[in-house]
This record gives sequence, structure tokens and C-alpha cells, in this order.
Amino acid sequence: MTARRSPQARSSAPPAASALYDVPGPRTRIRHFCYGVLTVLALAALLGWVVDLLVGTGQFSAVKWRPFSYVGIQELLLRGLGNTLKAFAMAAVLALALGAVLAAGRLSDHRPVRWVSTVLVEFFRAMPVLVMIFFIFVALQVQPLPALVAGLTLYNGSVLAEVFRSGVRSVDRGQREAAYALGLRKTQVMTHVLVPQAVRAMLPTIISQLVVALKDTSLGFLITYEEFLHAGRLIAINMDYTMPFIPIVLVISAIYIGLCMLLSWFATWVSRRERRSVKAGRSGAVRVAPAEAGSAMPGGSGIR
Amino acid sequence: MNVLTQNFQLYGDGFLGTLRLTVYSSLLALALGVVMAGFRVAPVGALRGVGTAWVAVLRNTPLTLLFFAMLLGLPRFGVALPFELFAVLALGCYTSSFICEAVRSGINTVPLGQGEAARSLGMTFGQTLGTVVLPQAFRTVIAPVGSTLIALCKNSAIAGSFSVTELLSTYKTLNENGYSVLWSFVWIALGYLILTLAISALFHFMERRWGAAR
Repeated sequence: MTARRSPQARSSAPPAASALYDVPGPRTRIRHFCYGVLTVLALAALLGWVVDLLVGTGQFSAVKWRPFSYVGIQELLLRGLGNTLKAFAMAAVLALALGAVLAAGRLSDHRPVRWVSTVLVEFFRAMPVLVMIFFIFVALQVQPLPALVAGLTLYNGSVLAEVFRSGVRSVDRGQREAAYALGLRKTQVMTHVLVPQAVRAMLPTIISQLVVALKDTSLGFLITYEEFLHAGRLIAINMDYTMPFIPIVLVISAIYIGLCMLLSWFATWVSRRERRSVKAGRSGAVRVAPAEAGSAMPGGSGIR
Repeated sequence: MNVLTQNFQLYGDGFLGTLRLTVYSSLLALALGVVMAGFRVAPVGALRGVGTAWVAVLRNTPLTLLFFAMLLGLPRFGVALPFELFAVLALGCYTSSFICEAVRSGINTVPLGQGEAARSLGMTFGQTLGTVVLPQAFRTVIAPVGSTLIALCKNSAIAGSFSVTELLSTYKTLNENGYSVLWSFVWIALGYLILTLAISALFHFMERRWGAAR
């Protein structure tokens, strides 16, 4: 995952050339152009079919979109979005805190602490996050928001703990040794030397994991937390507005996907900046495998 | 214990439902993911665009939203399929974007010389990718694909909330029949552990057998 094609090869040649095919000659270029045209035509046909279907079933009629101009509907949607972001913010902060604690536990010198944190991390990573959320919601009888936040915190916290831990371990050994040689204490070495470098290197992965948390806030819909999807459903099942279900789905998807893309894009940007600065030698200290930004999947790190 | 023994039929159905969802969606995700990875490294710009868009959109879509849109939206256009098939489609498409990225980074780990050698033998793009690069990429891709499929198995729990028979949704029936919530969840958790451990064992085996340290 880490070894990428050397940047020189990529930048010196035009994007048309890679190791997999030659620089196209005139005939191949025409052939590729034809393939391209075919692809575009197929896409256009697909898009046309979808639009035709939408128009045919009257999804773009003014009646179906009028509800969006009502203040009540706008407030409902905005409140839903606000609730989603609220759950995300709480889960993100708590997961980062829990991740730090669990990572510290796994790196501890005391064996019992290490064991307990290892068991916790492995267990919470192995469980489907929805099972945890449902368990907290049903068995412990708490409100939807705390249940959602707790479930997301436990799961993402454990994943982040592994991210932090591998970040700390990937810092060059000389850094730790130099810090000890200067007479720093164990905690000082960790907080002043190792963690800052680890966080810097792991930032893209951390942000990617936060994207997962943001996406998973939509699980709140399943335990009747009044988040964005829930607001959409309320509008869609309301008979007064002639069931504008598809318009609602279109709007909600666009906003949801846009938000996640923004955060993913931020992760990619950070990692690109990181890689550039490491290459330029401005921070020669941290040489860890560049994290593939945005490659995290809910549960992606799994149990292996 | 008696929660399990008295409801063995229910748990069994749920377990098999999750297993079916996992297997079918995995197959769909693997097929789509490899095709999309091929698109992403193709010489044709438009195909690369399709692959990139597919990954960018699906990877940033909440799975619940995908289920919501597919299971409640498609029937309004007269697409009437069994719920389980909708669930397989949603899970498969969603996971395929992660498989695609895993395969693509696997392709990137194959040494440049391999592709160059294949080209110098006069192989076309399809031959280079299909007979030289992908088989080698497969060896490095086993572990990431394994963890993606484990995630798929865990994500299949969402389907239960959209009236598909699977493991998590058994708790509702048990709850209505007044069984202990704690114990019903213990057995559900155990079911998921069995499945995820089985997948991870399978991929460990495959990695020992074919994996490459690169």
C-alpha cells in the first residue's frame, strides 16, 4: 500500500503513459479516443435514462420541490443536519480522547494495563458498531443521542488507539533514545517527543477515521435519533406534501456526500502536504509509511 | 444459555441470513472492485474518470443513506426486488469502492519492470494487466481485501433494520418474547465473532499460501 510509483516517473511523462501501457501512437490514440467517446455515450445514455425516469415520474414538478421553500421544512432539515453534526462533534472529540487513553494503555510498561487495553481495543474493533449502538440503546435504555455517541466513541476510539500506537511506534528509535539521554522522564518523552511527531505523521489517517465517524452518525437513523436522514423521512412520509421522497433523497445525499467528501479531501490535502514537506527534508525526523488518505472503511482495519 | 437453545431456529436463520448477505455482497464487491480498479489505471481518460468518480462518491456515502435511498427509493420507480437483493446491491456497490482502492494500491506495489517487460514483449494493456500485473498484485492485496470483507460482514448488520433477515434483527423478536436482552446480544455478538474470525482465518490461510512480502 505504501510503495507508490516513483513521483519522477509520474511527473516527467504525460499522464497518458504508465508502466501498464505505452505512449500511444497515432492509431492507438484514435482507438482510445473512440473508446472514450463510447464511454461518454454510455454514461450519457445512463444519465439520460435516469433523468427521463425522474422526469417521467414527475420528480422535478414544482409541487414536489415546493416544500423546500417552506420555513418549517427548512428548519426541520437544518435541525436534522445540526443534530448530525452535533453527534459527529461529540463522537469525534470523545473518540480522540478514548483513543489516546487506550493507546497509552497499550504502550504502557505495566503488563495488566497493557492487557486490559489490548482486550478492549480488540473487542470493540471486532464488534459491528451497529450491534454496540443497539446494545447500548436497548439493553442500557439510554436516549438515542448518548447511545449513538457512545457506540461511535467505543468503535472509533479503539481504531484510533491503533492508529496512535502505530504512529508512536513508527517514530525513529533515536528520537526516544536521545530524549532519554537528555534526562526526560517517561511521560515527558511521550508527550514532548513521540506524540507530536506521531500525530503529525498520522494526521491523514486520523482525519480519514473521522470521516468514518461522520458517515456512521447516519446509523442514528436506525435508533430513531432525529438526525438528517430522520428529518428527510419525516418530510417524505408526510402526506401533505405529496410525498416528495426522491427530491428529499437527492438533497440529503448531495449534502451528506458533500460533507464527507470535504473532510476526505482535507485528509488528502494534509497527507500531500505532509509528503511534500518530508521530501523537502524540512522534517527529516518522521519517516513513516504515508497513510493512504481516505482509505479507511468503517471496520476496515478489522481483526486480523 | 437457554436463550440460544430455545431460539436456535431464529438464531440459525439470522446467522445464515448474515452469511448469505456477506457471501453474495463479497462476490459482487470483488467483481465490481477489480473492474473499477482496471478502469482507474486504463489508458482511456473517460474510463479513468468513471473509476475515480465511482470511488469518490461511494466511499463518501454513508451506507445507511445508500440503503435508505435504494430500499425505499427504487420501489417508487417500479423496481420491485426482494429486500435481500437490494441489500446485496447496496453492500456490494459500497464495498466495491474500498476493494477498488485496495486493488489499485496493490497494482502500484508491482515493480515497474514487470509492466515494462510485458510491454516490451508486445503485450496489450489488457494482457499486461490481466496476465502479468494483476496476478502479482493479488498476492499483496490479500490482507487489505480480507479486512475490507470483514468490514462488509459487520456492515451487513444495517440490512436488518431494513426488513432483511439477518443476525442483529433477531434481537427484536427475542425482545418481544421477553428474553433477556443481555443474553440475546451475547449470542448475536458471538455469531458475528464466528463470522469475522472465519473470514480472517481464511485470509490468513490465503496469505500464508500465496502472500508476498514486498
